[in-house]
Amino acid sequence: MKKTYEIEVDCANCANLMEEAAKRTSGVKSAAVNFMMQKMDVEFADGADPKAVIKEVIKNCKKVEEDCEIYE
Amino acid sequence: MNKKQKKMLTRIIAASVLLIALHFVPIEGAARFVAYIIPYYIIGNDILRKAYKGIKNLKPFDESLLMAVATLGAIALALYNQSQGLSGDYVEAVAVMLFYQIGEFFQSMAVSKSRKNIASLMDIRPDYANIELEGQIKKVDPKVVKPGDTIIVKAGEKVPLDGVVIEGNSSLNTSALTGESIPQKVCSGDEIISGAINLSGLLKVRVTKSFGDSTVSKILELVENASSRKSKSENFISKFARIYTPIVVFSALALAILPPIFRGLVLGLPAMWQIWVYRALVFLVISCPCALVVSIPLSFFAGIGNASRNGILIKGSNYLETLSNVKTVVFDKTGTLTQGVFEVNAIHHSKIEEEKLIEYAALAESASSHPIALSLKKAYGKEPDTTRVKDIQEYSGNGICAKIDDLEILAGNEKLMEKFGIEPIKCHSIGTIIHVAINGEYTGHIVISDVIKQDSFKAIDDLKKSGIKQIVMLTGDLKKVAQSVAQKLKIDKFYGELLPDEKLNELEKVIDGKNPVAFVGDGINDAPVLTRADIGIAMGAIGSDAAIEAADVVLMDDNPAKIAQAIKISQKCLKIVKENILFALGIKVICLILGAVGIANMWLAIFADVGVMILCILNALRVFI
Repeated sequence: MKKTYEIEVDCANCANLMEEAAKRTSGVKSAAVNFMMQKMDVEFADGADPKAVIKEVIKNCKKVEEDCEIYE
Repeated sequence: MNKKQKKMLTRIIAASVLLIALHFVPIEGAARFVAYIIPYYIIGNDILRKAYKGIKNLKPFDESLLMAVATLGAIALALYNQSQGLSGDYVEAVAVMLFYQIGEFFQSMAVSKSRKNIASLMDIRPDYANIELEGQIKKVDPKVVKPGDTIIVKAGEKVPLDGVVIEGNSSLNTSALTGESIPQKVCSGDEIISGAINLSGLLKVRVTKSFGDSTVSKILELVENASSRKSKSENFISKFARIYTPIVVFSALALAILPPIFRGLVLGLPAMWQIWVYRALVFLVISCPCALVVSIPLSFFAGIGNASRNGILIKGSNYLETLSNVKTVVFDKTGTLTQGVFEVNAIHHSKIEEEKLIEYAALAESASSHPIALSLKKAYGKEPDTTRVKDIQEYSGNGICAKIDDLEILAGNEKLMEKFGIEPIKCHSIGTIIHVAINGEYTGHIVISDVIKQDSFKAIDDLKKSGIKQIVMLTGDLKKVAQSVAQKLKIDKFYGELLPDEKLNELEKVIDGKNPVAFVGDGINDAPVLTRADIGIAMGAIGSDAAIEAADVVLMDDNPAKIAQAIKISQKCLKIVKENILFALGIKVICLILGAVGIANMWLAIFADVGVMILCILNALRVFI
């Protein structure tokens, strides 16, 4: 399953770091941060619960970039 | 300005005012330290917190750490100087933090501003649709309009959804979609696409697609997602930034420790720790990789935006990058270089009435949507009665065998005739020849030919000018036809009489693994070839989902000159990307050396960070012009 989230991140490098962090989260099959459109596409692994997984994604992203926002 | 930016601006102003005020207040000793810590905390608390969190999460090497170490180091130096009886200079630490934040603020403003500018220029999204309800016209959100509803488009308004005109005449400006500036005339019965602007009359339109399926939504989705597919340059830079920061931090550490030790132990001179620590801090400030990291996606975004404004949709930054390196362009002939609108030009050797021959050929091909079949239908002039046709067998690339009114009809090329053991009469006209046989007996042939597009001449010329080394043409059409087109257009190589799978083989022979190869097709029956090429370019793709799916670059109209334009935009974009990488790295390296030998101070360091970034952003925006 694929979902798109609106995000808020100020620097391009931080956006890259967020993408890495999201990809590392278990339950995420792939993730792509679009810095220019301020969007994050997350593809969830089969059987994963998007709501729970995205919470983890947010947590991991906050670790690499405290100022980022991901809107559920 | 968003909330975060407003908050930052307040902090910047507060800290600046405090810093200036303190300049006029003569305080010494511990009071001085405390007084300067206040503006430092106001402006730098988030950086300190981030640096601390970075260390806690074992990801310490980021800009926040660089800034925290640099400024805390400067404060420590000032404290040390003060303890030596010198006047402690806290201004520098506060100022560096302040300028860093001002730089970040500018960056955030510049990025969001340019992002919004480009996005708004690309934004062809209609705001509303006029719908007629109980005799009154109401403005509604296009999303709630359903297929089958009737909407009204007034002069000057955007067509909100795809549909068919049921009443009214007008001309439409489709330049936002196709880059084509000549208005398109429409009248009742014509299909119109969303995003076009109604120039003159009032149109009543029956909606055929919901908003999500309409052209506008498809284009926007494609362009917006394009920057998610990262180019090699972007991946390189983000990898580079990952190893760069630790290297800089360790170099700074070495710069702070090694020279004083060397001086003290080997040369027997005073160690001068404070000078070397200061240089190391300057070194850290200079090294922030932000200019580099931000300008590259911005350049690609501007490039994709510029292309889409010209009716060229590029599906990813990676494709834009590949496109700039293309040296070979392979064309499918029909519908790309030629109009693909075939016309029946002549009928030869017909043993039955000519109308009858056309009728049988049109009926045999009635199930096909191939341009040849369409031209036969057109020549027939009536809607073919498909109930008369049975047992259609298609011989891919060769023709059709079908039963019509209990007669066995063969319609196709010479190969088809030979397959059934029929001797065709050879034709000397240039064009596609449809031979017809009835019940195994040769009955004559139809000559169908295609016209070269006027724009094709300019297209080939422009491509050669923009550095394309080889232009190849593939076609299922006769070799004779291919040769005549190739000669007229000055195409380097051509291959004729190819079946769809043979086109794929020929393309694979052209792909040499060195320079990327682009394939240009109309997307109707060449999806596998489009997918196989390094860059698949589909033309005239409005409304063809299959083509949009298979291609990497989609031209909204069918003007082949757009291909050269797309390549030029990609080359300009990549040139700017390279300029930015070289410029940012060059200035950084020079400043790093100046910093290490002690010529550069904190102020120059801040310029090297913020100034370079702003210049890179401005340069990136040139792509859009």
